[in-house]
Amino acid sequence: MDLNFSAEDIAFRDEVRAFIKDSYPAHLNGKIEEGEELSKDDFLSWHKVLAKKGWIAPAWPTQYGGTGWTSVQRYIWSEETAAADAIRLMPFGLSMVGPVIYTFGTPEQKERFLPGILSGDVWWCQGYSEPGAGSDLANLRTKAERFTGDDGKEYYRVNGQKTWTTMAQHADWGFFLVRTDSNVKAQEGISFLLIDMKSPGITVRPIITLGGEHEVNEVWLEDVIVPVDQRIYDENKGWTCAKFLLAHERTGIAGVAASKRGVERIKSIARSELDEGEQLLQNPFFKRKIAELEVDLSALEFTELRTLAGESSGKGPGPESSLLKIKGTEIQQRITELALEAAGHYGAPYFRGFGEGDNEHPIGPDYTHRTAPTYFNMRKTSIYGGSNEIQRNIIAKMVLGL
Amino acid sequence: MDFNTTDEQTMLRDTVSRYLADTYSFDNRMKTVHGGAGWNPAVWKAFAEELGILGAPFSEAHGGLGGGAVENMIVMEEIGRALVIEPYLPTVVIAGGALKAAGGALADAVIPEIIAGNAIIAFAYAEPQGRYNLADLRTTAKKDGAGYVLNGHKSVVYSAPYATHLLVTVRSGGAQRDKDGVSLFLIPADTKGVTRRDYPTVDGSAASEVYFENVAVGAEHMIGGEGAALTLIEQIVDEGTAAICAEACGVTRVLHATTLDYAKQRKQFGKAIGDFQVIQHRLVDMFMEVEQSVSITLMATLKLDTPERAQAVSAAKAKVGKGAKFVGQNAVQIHGGIGISNELVVGHYFKRSTMIEGQFGSVDHHMGRYERIVIG
Repeated sequence: MDLNFSAEDIAFRDEVRAFIKDSYPAHLNGKIEEGEELSKDDFLSWHKVLAKKGWIAPAWPTQYGGTGWTSVQRYIWSEETAAADAIRLMPFGLSMVGPVIYTFGTPEQKERFLPGILSGDVWWCQGYSEPGAGSDLANLRTKAERFTGDDGKEYYRVNGQKTWTTMAQHADWGFFLVRTDSNVKAQEGISFLLIDMKSPGITVRPIITLGGEHEVNEVWLEDVIVPVDQRIYDENKGWTCAKFLLAHERTGIAGVAASKRGVERIKSIARSELDEGEQLLQNPFFKRKIAELEVDLSALEFTELRTLAGESSGKGPGPESSLLKIKGTEIQQRITELALEAAGHYGAPYFRGFGEGDNEHPIGPDYTHRTAPTYFNMRKTSIYGGSNEIQRNIIAKMVLGL
Repeated sequence: MDFNTTDEQTMLRDTVSRYLADTYSFDNRMKTVHGGAGWNPAVWKAFAEELGILGAPFSEAHGGLGGGAVENMIVMEEIGRALVIEPYLPTVVIAGGALKAAGGALADAVIPEIIAGNAIIAFAYAEPQGRYNLADLRTTAKKDGAGYVLNGHKSVVYSAPYATHLLVTVRSGGAQRDKDGVSLFLIPADTKGVTRRDYPTVDGSAASEVYFENVAVGAEHMIGGEGAALTLIEQIVDEGTAAICAEACGVTRVLHATTLDYAKQRKQFGKAIGDFQVIQHRLVDMFMEVEQSVSITLMATLKLDTPERAQAVSAAKAKVGKGAKFVGQNAVQIHGGIGISNELVVGHYFKRSTMIEGQFGSVDHHMGRYERIVIG
């Protein structure tokens, strides 16, 4: 065992650092710092830089466009991008449907869909949750009926409603869980379909969340026609893809590198903010809360590193990754709580941000502008990707055997 | 010992509760919020004329109902239940409290105007550097002949965009955080030299940054002695803090009730989510937080006129602040995705409970104050 980076790792870190410094789009600077809502172009501008460099998908196998980095190099990459306050990449293509396609897809499907994910030319969304299928995802009702078209080819006719579909307003394609057999156990009648979001019969309606953001949507599907060759893996075996994807989603969800940066940001806020004429950071109560956060974050970081080490030795992310999801999201939420607390009175003013036609500069220090909306918004993290209650059920059942 | 409300107090609660249930629906509230004015004058007019509640804590000599802190607690809890944004707290509880305590010509002139619904008073006490220290003031009042000249900047003054008066804390002498040298003025909002930058708040109200540039005010606008107002300010902020605790009780009661109802309705895995023990225990923990908040708010309210006022209020705000966070976060969590939708009631109660946590002092601030008073 060795905690230190090798000389090669240090050289890699320096290379990464220099690349980010030279290539990170200048217009994105400060957007994370101030918690601004990001546009589609914002997301894509960084994506395209990385795609061009060949660094867009470090987690993918090299034959599909991965970087071939070691787990330590991937760790360095996430640390450095977070330290540079780089915006996160949309996970729906890169971390979700991409791995499903290269794991379960046919050669034709891989060839058809993977390049657009890597290049960023195709924006993906995830059609999983339904009004009646949240924590109980397998209870989904969106129905896909198979039929032979006039052209003699096989199709599905899809009807139903999805919800909480993140960034569907920008999406070109979506991956959907649909019911293809209602006469079997819930998990056994589900298929995994790729659907062109421009298909006739798809309606996307915004859901505005507590901070005023438009991130999530309702997606209605009415007689949407989907060719059968857009189904990934076998008919009625979609749950296998879904479970695989959920495990993938959970490892990234710990968000250690971003949380480290978040803690640094709170410290910097607490150095600027005053309390009894002193830095807020010197308030013993506040200082203790930051210290506790750092201690918990260290434990999470080394738990993640242990998981990654297991992964690189071929074990793959298992149910233990539920621990990363629970503790990671709790820490992310505590960071936003402390930021709001540090903002004091200036947590209250509400500004949508410059992108929404509010051209006056917000009042109060820059770092306070979106502390409350961010706090509200981050409550989602203990709900999405399988709520933290569900994650505890998974650990109880799969790890503890209860 | 008697924790029962009097017939008059019960009637006050019923009157407010019935009026708000009939007219202050969530949709109506959101119309006002989106209207951008920060309040609905018709509601205030009804409070004054139809319900007569703006006189609840004032003496009959001033035209009030002869009540006090318990009446404020009752009204504020109902305000919390309906998520009312109109300015009972700054106008009646805080400014009204200052005028009641100080008495004199200003009180005789303004209290009837508050009761009639004509005077809307915003409390301009916070400053960018001051956090929760009421004496940490850079806004100054300099003696000028028979009057004073005010200069400075007040932060996040709730209700200022539509207020007729401002209740302003200033430093008239001494150093920035000295206990001596603090004064209190009640001035017309349109006094020359007062400017504002208005904005909405995350919890549905409207507030302002208020700037004072060589604002000349007469000595008759001062409440309490020159440089000796901190004691009075601490008193009215404690009264306001007890009142906002009562508001939090109303807010968290609704959060709990709404969540309990949802847990009974919402089915996953073939049964109501309220059938799962983890949800049951969470709802029980929320329930216990609400009950303890109500209890400690009552304790603080009943001790407002005793020497234990400060420690009782800080104990209450610390306990209520923690409870509000727990209840608010778990109400959203148990609702799941729809808990963070802006279209549902629960999210708006969560936003208000979150803002109450910080108003008039965070949990840490009040625990610290409690420790200093009680443990030393």
